[in-house]
Amino acid sequence: MANKILEVQGLKQHFGTAKDPIKAIDGISFDVYEGETLGLVGESGCGKSTTGRSIIRLYDITDGQIMFKGRNISELKSRKDLMQFNREMQMIFQDPYASLNPRMTAGELIAESFDIHGLYKNKAERREKVGSLLESVGLTREHAYRYAHEFSGGQRQRIGIARALSLDPSFIIADEPISALDVSIQAQVVNLLKQLQKERGLTYLFIAHDLSMVKYISDRIAVMYRGKILELGSADEIYNNPIHPYTKSLLSAVPQPNPEYERNRVRIPYKHTEHDPAAKVIEARPGHFVFGTEAQAKEWAK
Amino acid sequence: MNLDKKQIPKIAPEMFEVVGNQSQETDALAKKQVSFWKEVFYRFSHNKLAIVGSIILIFIALMAAFAPVFSSYNYEESVGLYNSAPSATHWFGTDDLARDIFVRAWEGARISLFIGITAAIIDLIIGVLWGSIAGLAGGRVDNIMMRIADVLTAIPYLLVVIILLVVMEPGLVPMIIALSITGWVNMARIVRSEVLKIKNQEYVLAARTLGANNWHIIKRHLVPNAMGAILVTMTMTIPSAIFTESFLSYLGLGVQAPLASWGTMASEGFKALTSAPWRLLFPAILISVTIFAFNAVGDGLRDALDPKLRK
Amino acid sequence: MKKKVLEVKDLRINFKTYAGVVQAVRGVSFELFEGETLAIVGESGSGKSVTSNALMKLIPQPPGIYAGGQINFNGKDIIPLTEKEMMTVRGNDIAMIFQDPMTALNPTMRIGKQITEVLLKHKKVNSRDAAKVRAIELLDQVGIPFPEKRYRAYPHELSGGMRQRIVIAIALAADPKLLIADEPTTALDVTIQAQILELMKEIQKKSNTSIIFITHDLGVVANIADRVAVMYAGQIVEYGTVEDIFYNPQHPYTWGLLGSMPDLNNSSDELLRAIPGSPPNLIDPPKGDAFAPRNEQAMKIDFEMEPPMFKISDTHSAKTWLLHPDAPKMPLPDAIARRIKGYELEGKANGK
Repeated sequence: MANKILEVQGLKQHFGTAKDPIKAIDGISFDVYEGETLGLVGESGCGKSTTGRSIIRLYDITDGQIMFKGRNISELKSRKDLMQFNREMQMIFQDPYASLNPRMTAGELIAESFDIHGLYKNKAERREKVGSLLESVGLTREHAYRYAHEFSGGQRQRIGIARALSLDPSFIIADEPISALDVSIQAQVVNLLKQLQKERGLTYLFIAHDLSMVKYISDRIAVMYRGKILELGSADEIYNNPIHPYTKSLLSAVPQPNPEYERNRVRIPYKHTEHDPAAKVIEARPGHFVFGTEAQAKEWAK
Repeated sequence: MNLDKKQIPKIAPEMFEVVGNQSQETDALAKKQVSFWKEVFYRFSHNKLAIVGSIILIFIALMAAFAPVFSSYNYEESVGLYNSAPSATHWFGTDDLARDIFVRAWEGARISLFIGITAAIIDLIIGVLWGSIAGLAGGRVDNIMMRIADVLTAIPYLLVVIILLVVMEPGLVPMIIALSITGWVNMARIVRSEVLKIKNQEYVLAARTLGANNWHIIKRHLVPNAMGAILVTMTMTIPSAIFTESFLSYLGLGVQAPLASWGTMASEGFKALTSAPWRLLFPAILISVTIFAFNAVGDGLRDALDPKLRK
Repeated sequence: MKKKVLEVKDLRINFKTYAGVVQAVRGVSFELFEGETLAIVGESGSGKSVTSNALMKLIPQPPGIYAGGQINFNGKDIIPLTEKEMMTVRGNDIAMIFQDPMTALNPTMRIGKQITEVLLKHKKVNSRDAAKVRAIELLDQVGIPFPEKRYRAYPHELSGGMRQRIVIAIALAADPKLLIADEPTTALDVTIQAQILELMKEIQKKSNTSIIFITHDLGVVANIADRVAVMYAGQIVEYGTVEDIFYNPQHPYTWGLLGSMPDLNNSSDELLRAIPGSPPNLIDPPKGDAFAPRNEQAMKIDFEMEPPMFKISDTHSAKTWLLHPDAPKMPLPDAIARRIKGYELEGKANGK
């Protein structure tokens, strides 16, 4: 088995006051292996984006620990360690409009990281690096001189990807990178992400609400609901043999581009129940985990 | 909408040759390159009022710079004619000390513009720093910094001027100090609210994940994106400073004779309102026109920068 | 034969911008029958939302211009109507649901009041008391639990899905003959989306309303539509029943759209069939077939001349030169043919 690149243990992220906390993440644990894509799905407000941002240190976590390449990221304190961390882990953001500074050209956006990390000796080297990054995401060198608003949504997202790649990271958190894009453009971006993963040996944490895209791009999927991971397993397992009723409900709600199928689709409703305090992570099948009590797990597996 | 057999056009067979998509990515490259500021300029230049305002301002600035230099009269010397009405030799007439009002008016423009622009620049420097630090730091730091600002706005500037006059000679310096002590608060508030808006934008988060420190974020992201609001606030600060200067000078708390400012000229002119009305008329017109022009330009800038109008 | 509710003929809408005239809708024609749902699918900028807004005459003028065509609603062209005359059509005959329910609701007014207002304005009831009874009935009908309690709630007290139900209740208040839904589920979670879709179908069955459903999601189209119009660059490029479009697509753009979606039953090793490039700029629409610059199999003629709408069957037509009798036979791309086969099998299996 491949090495663990990221280990999340009992992660909690609470916002608001200590008396009345909003439990955005309520104790989750998972691992990400080198070279794989872990899909994190859930509906809005389930805590999936917060998870991504906590892992990349945009938020200070409330409790738990996040180990990245064997080091606890909360214990990174020196400027040198933090810079090193930033080089190893990068993020692709959801909104291709809000994630690019409108006052900067594509070239400036991509080279921002070079400026911060002092990664070039002269202007020519900087230009060369920007050019080759633009080409690697399917744009041309001439695009470097254009402002963000001159690009279409898909092209903007490519610039966002080039920026994330600029420090040559090994781990990328993609926070709903395609949900703001048109259908035909989504496919372009997903293909690009897959191709880059192959070329550069990247590991992805792919956060999304679109189950079909997640199933397509992920090796394993974690289903998140109200701050908890309810089910985790290989993409095929989750899709073909879901165990938790919430996962079943979610899957039954995804519309398929198939009229005949849609006409006869039966949606499985999910009634929210508070988590049983005795609930824990149970390995229902090899590599397929579900959150619940032993009794529930047996009941659901039927 | 559907074609009958007969209507199907005849097409030469070679036209059906598959040639593939010849022009990839033509869409983006075909478009004209427009930077943000070019677009702003385009919209600004199509706003008639703003253009009129800019022309007036340029005219006033040129006159302030050159009229006293090229005129054959000096603003503090007598020309021998007391309280003479406007004429071909003295376009704006003369005052009770037989000084040429035309020259004095443009000399006054220098002082008024100097005060307005200096006050605006001081506001800009303190306001931007204060506002962006408060906005970016957030929490307790933000709270304390903004409460200090609140206290300062609660002090009337008239009081500040009077207190300053106790220790200083009336003139330019105490006036600029008085204007700046409270004036920057407005700028700080606006910058802070812009910063609060911008700092949670995804591009700032992206910069953070790249390892950017606060200084880098202020310089590269906050200031360029708050520039619009800052510029508009500045163009609105200048006329209010000019107006305040005129008002204080009118009360006799401003620049002292023989220096001319529009306020002192208006104040003196008011005493001779019935006998020599031109002495009040010209400085009053200049004050109004300048303030109008700055406001028109400020409004025009704000409209040109309004992101809602951006496609 | 079903009654024709709406007939749009050669509708053209332009927008004047400083960069030039944007031809947002370039000759769109379709029909809608009573009790049917027409889905208009397309990507952003394809003109689908402009078309639907035009049906309500909600295009701001300026910068918008009705540059030609007719919108016959119940046999009467509504384009020449004045704003005052349109007021009685809007809400009364045609109602609209938008993507973001918060923009459609007044945040400072109780939900009940927003519904009764419509009822009273369009004289559907005679008294305030009757309006209240009807409003609670409507809330119940759109699946709001405890309608009497919710009647006094403000919009911000409800979740996104509940808000969209309120918007639907308001839209239904005046018993419209035509309901236009512009991406009503795009902002919602899939489970909520499924509920809203079910609700709309149920309402349609009961009241025989016609629905125009604007969306970019082919899954949603397959779920709700009877007929489908695929829009690209301001034109309808393929038009047919939902079976025509999904099982017998003819236009390369429709192929592209189907290919862009991941096929859950096939292996994920295969790359998706992405459409290269991005949609054209409608200030200066390309000569010939607007899709040609993105079509890897484009023919010479596609760059020269705009194709007409070719008829494939009584219900199905497409705007591509591939349907010309002299054109080479272009087989359906393998991946899509395989996928359709899979769909048919799956559909049958599910039908049992």
